[in-house]
Amino acid sequence: MSKQSAQLEVKNLTTCFRTGTENVTAVDDISFSVNKGETLCIVGESGCGKSVSALSIMGLLPPAGYVKSGSVNFQNNNLLSVSSSQLEKLRGNRISMIFQDPGSSLNPVMKIGDQVGEIFRIHLKMSKKESLEKALGMLKQVEIPDPESRMLTYPHELSGGMAQRVMIAMALSCNPDILIADEPTTALDVTIQSQILNLMTQIQKKTETAIILITHDLGVVAEMADKVLVMYCGQIVEHGDVKTVFNSPVHPYTKALMKSIPIIGKKTKKLDAIPGRVPSLDMLPKGCRFEQRCSEKNIQITPDCQGRIPPIFNLNNNHGSRCWLKKENQ
Amino acid sequence: MNKLGRVSENLSKNLDEDLLLQEPVSVWKRIYKRLMSRRSGKIGLFLIGFVFFIAVAAPIIAPYDPQQVLIGKEKVKKREAPCIHMLGCDISKPAHLMGIDGNFRDQYSRIIYGSRISLSIGFSTVSFAVIGGVLLGALAAFFGGWIDNIIMRIMDVILGFPSLLLAIAIVAVLGPGIRNALLAIAIVTLPAYARLTRASVLSVKELDFVKASITLGASPTRLLLSRILPNSLTPVVVLATLGIATAILDAAGLSFLGLGAQPPTPEWGTMLGSERNQVFSAPHLVFFPGIAIMITVLGFNLFGDGLRDALDPRLNN
Amino acid sequence: MIPYILKRLLISIPVLFGILLLTFVLARLIPGDPCKAILGEKATADVCERFEKKFGLDKPITTQFVLYSKRVVTGDFGNSIRFSRPVTQILVERFPVTIELAMGGLIVAIIVGVFLGIISALRHNSSIDVATMVIANVGISMPVFWLGLMLAYLFGLMLKGTIFWLPPSGRLTAGLSSIPFYEVWGWEVVYGSTKAKILEFFANHYILNALVTGNWEIFKDAVRHMILPIIALSTIPMAIIARITRSSLLEVLGRDYIRTAKAKGVKSFDIVSKHALRNAMLPVVTILGLQMGGLLSGAVLTETVFGLAGVGRMLVEAIYARDYPIIQTFTVMIAVAYMLINLIVDISYGFLDPRVRLE
Repeated sequence: MSKQSAQLEVKNLTTCFRTGTENVTAVDDISFSVNKGETLCIVGESGCGKSVSALSIMGLLPPAGYVKSGSVNFQNNNLLSVSSSQLEKLRGNRISMIFQDPGSSLNPVMKIGDQVGEIFRIHLKMSKKESLEKALGMLKQVEIPDPESRMLTYPHELSGGMAQRVMIAMALSCNPDILIADEPTTALDVTIQSQILNLMTQIQKKTETAIILITHDLGVVAEMADKVLVMYCGQIVEHGDVKTVFNSPVHPYTKALMKSIPIIGKKTKKLDAIPGRVPSLDMLPKGCRFEQRCSEKNIQITPDCQGRIPPIFNLNNNHGSRCWLKKENQ
Repeated sequence: MNKLGRVSENLSKNLDEDLLLQEPVSVWKRIYKRLMSRRSGKIGLFLIGFVFFIAVAAPIIAPYDPQQVLIGKEKVKKREAPCIHMLGCDISKPAHLMGIDGNFRDQYSRIIYGSRISLSIGFSTVSFAVIGGVLLGALAAFFGGWIDNIIMRIMDVILGFPSLLLAIAIVAVLGPGIRNALLAIAIVTLPAYARLTRASVLSVKELDFVKASITLGASPTRLLLSRILPNSLTPVVVLATLGIATAILDAAGLSFLGLGAQPPTPEWGTMLGSERNQVFSAPHLVFFPGIAIMITVLGFNLFGDGLRDALDPRLNN
Repeated sequence: MIPYILKRLLISIPVLFGILLLTFVLARLIPGDPCKAILGEKATADVCERFEKKFGLDKPITTQFVLYSKRVVTGDFGNSIRFSRPVTQILVERFPVTIELAMGGLIVAIIVGVFLGIISALRHNSSIDVATMVIANVGISMPVFWLGLMLAYLFGLMLKGTIFWLPPSGRLTAGLSSIPFYEVWGWEVVYGSTKAKILEFFANHYILNALVTGNWEIFKDAVRHMILPIIALSTIPMAIIARITRSSLLEVLGRDYIRTAKAKGVKSFDIVSKHALRNAMLPVVTILGLQMGGLLSGAVLTETVFGLAGVGRMLVEAIYARDYPIIQTFTVMIAVAYMLINLIVDISYGFLDPRVRLE
């Protein structure tokens, strides 16, 4: 694997939320990096902290959230410590983000053309006329049918798939170095889903944008990812390139996830669900957070599983897993 | 549990309206706790309690009879300024904390008794408006069709006039007096409750839970009374609390114009209205009734606000 | 867009007719005899018979209504029983006062209310926010007539002799009078004609009239007389607007599309002014129609307190005097004005919110 300079490097990011009485840690000490032209998928269940990680990078946390510690290095700047005006210059320009529900993510009282054109006016200082021309070009790029009349319509007149294309158009207007996509296809039909993903891949081939794709759908991961990050309860439990993680998962959680994917053609009576429930963030166990549902602990019980949180053990080739039982590659 | 109960329980697990099937008592407890956690609810309740206390304890705390003319009994001047011993008024003169009004009566006592009138105005007007409005709105929503149309058109006509002006017009027809003023205000405020109830009942009617219950054979009227209405009523309760505030203000306005409570009734608006031309020489006769109105109305407004926040289902996390 | 406006206009016509009918019926329902009310209790039957004949009150009710409707359509509202003058003339003299008062109140309420609401929302939970909300709560709890009287006392008496003194009643200081713009400009006006009445209607808006003719002295005087009434009248709507602006803006700022705007790198000032405000103003516009109703009602009370010869006060007096023509006409005028305002609010809502146009 060639050594490419990382576009984005996240180190020991920890994000918390202020709730009435105590503060809850939603993202616990995560680190990863993304290279040019690479797609990193962050996978996990709802509430595992994947969206919060993305929002932390962009500085878009809700008022109750705050980054407790860590750094996010982008082109020699720590995004967590730059001024807000500098951050505003980078957002939508060098780093873009698209969200889960395209319908509610567009301003209902502004025309599509104005919303897309706004980016060109802000970052490239174009005039209104120029920005609208550029906006039209972007709509064509994301393959929206009849783009000229679409420019004058309002978001409520678009279908989910169309709206998401508009979001992508806005996000890629300035050829950003990084695109963060938070569950971009979850709210869409399956057929539209594959169209949107194909669109993203196509554009990435042309522009070499690094993509951080957040999803809970393993099928999407298999299709899009170069690297995978598996999160559970705010922590990274496994990371590696997609082939390795899918073919030889190491962490018991990842293994269970892989097992739970139904295989078409295979006859089974029951689906393999993971027993038990995700622990709630305000009542986290002292040790490994997956321990209570882990099916492998009975084979080789170590008191460490309940007593201490395992660190990420590097296995080989950038493959790591946070498990006491899997300290070396098996 | 019978079939209806089990089906409803399963259905409700998919609804956000789990409030529908909880036992009423625990719901009230939770609402009370949330209400008390906010400043506005607490202050509002305190003010309301204060006014209530004064109204109930009036005979004990009022130093004089509110209708008693003091002209022969004490040496007081017409519209005399307040005499508060603690603030320097001569001890030989009897204390009149809020002064003497234009008919040689003690204003302090009249203000105290006025609380009874204002509170009863507020509650009776709103009760009438709520009962009438909820009934009409529920009927309109439940039966739909031409019943709905007629009821709502009448409501629209009433709402087509500025409320106080219509109340003035109604009182003009019926003749001035406190009872007619109450009726007028009730009529003018009724449509709001009708509209609200209609909207609530309509939205609850469409819930799968209700449709399923009806297909299983539940009686529509029983459903309306036992399940739909109680849960559509929470916004009505909020509106009613705020409605008491506006009713007291409107009644005071009507009395101020001479169309509501007539002298010598010690209603705060009447007291204000009869002395308004003397505001420059006897400001205390205008100031104190107004403050009394303001405190009472403020109490209900704050309490209504707190109630609205406490009952807001969106805060249910 | 056009079909939306047309539909709204069409619905207004039956409503207008309903208002006419309702006011006619209501006026007639007021118990008591206009003859005795105006000429006094001692008026004999003879006198009253002549009185009723003169004013057409002896004809059957249905005929009266038909005659009335016919005349209304041609713009003839009859003569006031009390003053023996055409109602239209009285309207021309009195309506401008109420309009100046209500419009002034509305403008002040909107400007100050929206401004306070925005500041509170942006400084959520700060001391400014809490203070503004406390003031707003107190504001909606104050009776408008009490506030007016207290303001009159404070600025009219207590501050007498200082520069802060404000006149507590009337429209102009005694001795001053407003010269209509058409006289100043030397226009030819036929007294009594419709054109004259229309011009006079506009000229009676003293503040605008003085502005247009450049009469600085009258302008200052008229404005100073309007300050206290407008403050009193605008307080309740201002408080309501402030609260709704605040809660609406707070809600909008939490929405997904604001997050998208931030992700696009839009500057924080533009986020509020370009993205959030237009959405946040929608609920405010919705209640504006209702607020106008409150302003018109409040105008009645304010005119009474400050001795302004406006429509509201005249209406109350007419009710006492059983002056049917005035009661009917003024009520119809007020209801029509209210309806028109709600229509304008509806239409402007269509401009602001594109989703509504599809209905």
